[in-house]
Amino acid sequence: MKNYLSWPQYFYVCMNMILQCGMLFGFLAAGEFVVWLTGIPIPSSIIGMLLLAVSLRLRLINIRRVDRMADFLVHNLGFFFVPAGVGMMRCLDIIADQWLPIIGASVISTAIIIAVTGHVHQFLRSKRFKYGLSKQ
Amino acid sequence: MDFLNNKYFLIALTFIIFVSAQILQKRTGIRLLNPILLSMTALICFLCAFGIDYDTYRESGEYIDFWLKPAVVALGVPLYRQLESIRRQMLPLLFAEMAGCVAGIISVVAVAELLGASKEVILSLAPKAVTTPIAMEIASSVGGIPPLTAAVVVCTGLFGGLTGFQISKISRIKSPIAEGLSMGTAAHAIGTSVAMERSDRYGAFSSLGLTINGLLTAMLAPFILSLLGYGS
Repeated sequence: MKNYLSWPQYFYVCMNMILQCGMLFGFLAAGEFVVWLTGIPIPSSIIGMLLLAVSLRLRLINIRRVDRMADFLVHNLGFFFVPAGVGMMRCLDIIADQWLPIIGASVISTAIIIAVTGHVHQFLRSKRFKYGLSKQ
Repeated sequence: MDFLNNKYFLIALTFIIFVSAQILQKRTGIRLLNPILLSMTALICFLCAFGIDYDTYRESGEYIDFWLKPAVVALGVPLYRQLESIRRQMLPLLFAEMAGCVAGIISVVAVAELLGASKEVILSLAPKAVTTPIAMEIASSVGGIPPLTAAVVVCTGLFGGLTGFQISKISRIKSPIAEGLSMGTAAHAIGTSVAMERSDRYGAFSSLGLTINGLLTAMLAPFILSLLGYGS
């Protein structure tokens, strides 16, 4: 694929960005709607993500209608966490008071999660685990 | 010095600090100089040094926070791209996630209790492996402290993101799918952004891990906590 755009293409891409942004917010709104309707305790963004993946799969929308904006957001995901991290300021006193259990538990548990998840998955895969879902 | 409280100044400052941190990491190539960690520290120092209270910063921070939700929705795209290989191994994925989720909650509660954390802190730590919005909702529903949960979630994500692949290596996890999956399970979206740097495939399985673990933790955490004797 070319990595430069001609003027009409560039114009099209710019127009397209509004549409792409609208798509993502549309799915977020759909997620909010599901939460409002059913009252399930799952965040709307996760439901929106699942709805987006399903709609793409069912060819309800074309991937070209969302991919640029989605890739931009996904590749810069870390940035959006900065303010939440700064929020740590609010509870510095609790952290100072109980820093050992907080850090110790997080670190050990994170390592355990990685080891357990990875090994269970690897083990089941190596057993050629296939309950009629498909070959391979 | 009133200008320092300006909303748009603080937003611009966040961007500038983050970009500088990214450049610094690229130039030095040190993984520990994570842009999120650096800019968080720099901003906290800045706010403390100039006596700006957190609530003032939060007004600007909310505009950036706001994009977390659409960004999580956007994770549906890498998820869709890997849908075929996910479908091929539905059961291993589900069982691995289930094991990781339960082991994560139990281990964090056990270690925190062993090291003498108070009940509130333990309840805030329980959902620490999942992404901020889910974790904060779980924390408030089980009786933890949501801001503490948010802080711990970000720190866990950073720790998992920085060391995740090494931990996989040390514990001899070899399959790339298992590595990506456990990254997202343990270190949610921050781990996913690190996995994404490696390749889109790692990233997709990482976002799958964060999704399934998020859902499972939201459903199981209150139940497991009450089994462990922390019923509210």
